[in-house]
Amino acid sequence: MSGSDIADAQVVAEDLVKRFGVFVAVDHVSFRIGRGEVMGFLGPNGAGKSTIIRILCGLLRPSAGRVLVAGIDVVKDPERVREHIGYMSQKFSLYRDLTVEENLRFFGGIYRVPRAELAERMRFAIDMAGLGGREKALVATLAGGWQQRLALGCAVLHRPPILFLDEPTSGVEPTSRRRFWDLIHTLAADGVTVLVSTHYMDEAEYCHRAALINQGRIIAIGSPDALKHMALGGELLLLECAALGPTLAALRQAPGVIDASVFGNSLHVLVGDAERSLTELPAYLAEKALPPSRVERIHPSLEDVFVQLIAVDMAKRRQAA
Amino acid sequence: MRLRRLKAIAVKEVLQIWRDPRSLMIALLLPFTQMFMFGYGVNLDLKHIPICTFDREGSQFSQDLLKHFQASLYFAIAHDVTSYPQLAAAIDRGDCRAGIVIPPDFSERLNDSGTAAVQAILDGTDDNTANIAWGYTMAVVSGFSNDVQVSQLDRAGRTLQQIQPMAVQSRVWFNEDLESRNFIIPGLVAVIMALVGAQLTSLTISREWERGTMELLVSTPVTSGEVMFGKLIPYLVLGWLDAAFCLLIAALWFEVPFRGTLATLFLTTTLFLAVVLSIGYLLSVLIRSQVGASQMALVVTMLPAMLLSGYVFPIDQMPPFVRDITYLIYSRYYVTIIKAIFLKGAGVAELLMPILFLIAYTVAVVVLAARAFRKRLV
Repeated sequence: MSGSDIADAQVVAEDLVKRFGVFVAVDHVSFRIGRGEVMGFLGPNGAGKSTIIRILCGLLRPSAGRVLVAGIDVVKDPERVREHIGYMSQKFSLYRDLTVEENLRFFGGIYRVPRAELAERMRFAIDMAGLGGREKALVATLAGGWQQRLALGCAVLHRPPILFLDEPTSGVEPTSRRRFWDLIHTLAADGVTVLVSTHYMDEAEYCHRAALINQGRIIAIGSPDALKHMALGGELLLLECAALGPTLAALRQAPGVIDASVFGNSLHVLVGDAERSLTELPAYLAEKALPPSRVERIHPSLEDVFVQLIAVDMAKRRQAA
Repeated sequence: MRLRRLKAIAVKEVLQIWRDPRSLMIALLLPFTQMFMFGYGVNLDLKHIPICTFDREGSQFSQDLLKHFQASLYFAIAHDVTSYPQLAAAIDRGDCRAGIVIPPDFSERLNDSGTAAVQAILDGTDDNTANIAWGYTMAVVSGFSNDVQVSQLDRAGRTLQQIQPMAVQSRVWFNEDLESRNFIIPGLVAVIMALVGAQLTSLTISREWERGTMELLVSTPVTSGEVMFGKLIPYLVLGWLDAAFCLLIAALWFEVPFRGTLATLFLTTTLFLAVVLSIGYLLSVLIRSQVGASQMALVVTMLPAMLLSGYVFPIDQMPPFVRDITYLIYSRYYVTIIKAIFLKGAGVAELLMPILFLIAYTVAVVVLAARAFRKRLV
């Protein structure tokens, strides 16, 4: 899936711009999110992720551009959009002085969840958040991970087809974060469209597609693998061998190899197609009497990828300026 | 307007009020303490004005006159002095507000010419008290003068009736005892309700902005009207409680006569509460900070209610342009209404004008507040 060919787009942004005075928070951003897709917004703090999400929820008016959520123009009819979305804001925004149950009941009332269904929906949210037995606990007394899961529970109580989650895992411990992502995927499997922002770069791995946002612009968008390919210009192999120097020289002549470099006691080889090179390269080197002791594909961390993409983007901007 | 959402907001608000000792304290304790503080503190009746006496004659007659002062409820003799410097010093020290000086030839002159002068020296630094003390002094002296006349006529063998051709007999209606308390306490209820009511609701929206809960609330399909009425209803109930509290203290503790009907009182009080609660709410919507909104509510309600509502300072006596301003002060209407209900037993028909003003005010503020509430972050 790559943007414009998504037929069943639930969220569409076209040439979106948001200015606060002279500061441009969102700079001509366009993207589409398909039904049941988990789209990640990644980027450093202040990149404009929250601003885009708030525009999608109708909380901020865009300076220019068009936004459709569930096929409805957000600027023209924000109230109808709000019937279709669930939102988790960056700052925790449930009522801390209310209990788990009271918060759920409140949002059930606000979204007019049919009374007959409410008990079952509340049960679902409580089980999902793992809050069974704590229904009467004040939200203020819950740990961060539980609070965030309850917030998600409140956001999905009315079964919205579209979810906007703004840094839902921020400040949550790693095991809870993992659990949170499992919940997101369960919802997506049921056809819920999810847009989730995070500043934990590794969390992009959990998304179907991720958009890397820097200084108000999308600098890369695609599946995690595609993003890695884009950043490196190829795929990466790790090669261990006896003679580093001659092997390096031989590899640079080898077919399918883009680049090779020494990495500690081993070599990093950048290739166009990892699967093919995994079978071809050992044979090629064996012919030259330089058989490698080990060849395997390595997956660079997305964090590395993003650091590089942002560095490239910054360099381009400096050049332009 | 969806009843379901209205109810959800109202229930949530009740739970939050219940769990927030600060709002509960404002709601319940403040009216109670203020009723007593102001009820006792603001008292325009001057009684027991401290005076010094300087009797330069020391005759039976002069002592008789001073006994009249002593017997009067309005004066309390602080010192008997024996010289002018002592008298001046007593006034300077603030021991007394006035000095009564009886000249050395007091009884002699009275016997010779039938009239004698008594000197009253007044501390003019507080002209109000001085004026009142002057009036009371006149009253005491003329009372004494009457007694003297009567005894002289007695001796001459005539009776009083023959020489008293005319007299004004004044009769005060509605506040027969001319107790300023009867006049002030009902107005005080209005002032306190204005203050407390606006304080309560001034926190309700700003708190949600400050705590970040508003961002989620505005992302839901809830409407401006649902938020407003859902939040105002619980406070209206609290307001009723407070009003009942204050009115009971006024009627039972301060014994202000109540001559109206409970129905009129309930109707007008509800209207007034609607105005003050929605003014607090409007401020809360406009100023998204709790401290800012609550201070603004204090300024907007307290000062006008105290000074321009006619609660203590009569509106008739204000300069014309200030009098025009008072028409904007919503407390003014309720002060008029509640005084009339308590003291005159007025009903809705007599109070139609101020009631219509309050209704107009309520509608205006509610419309403003509903429009001011925006479901956007900036």
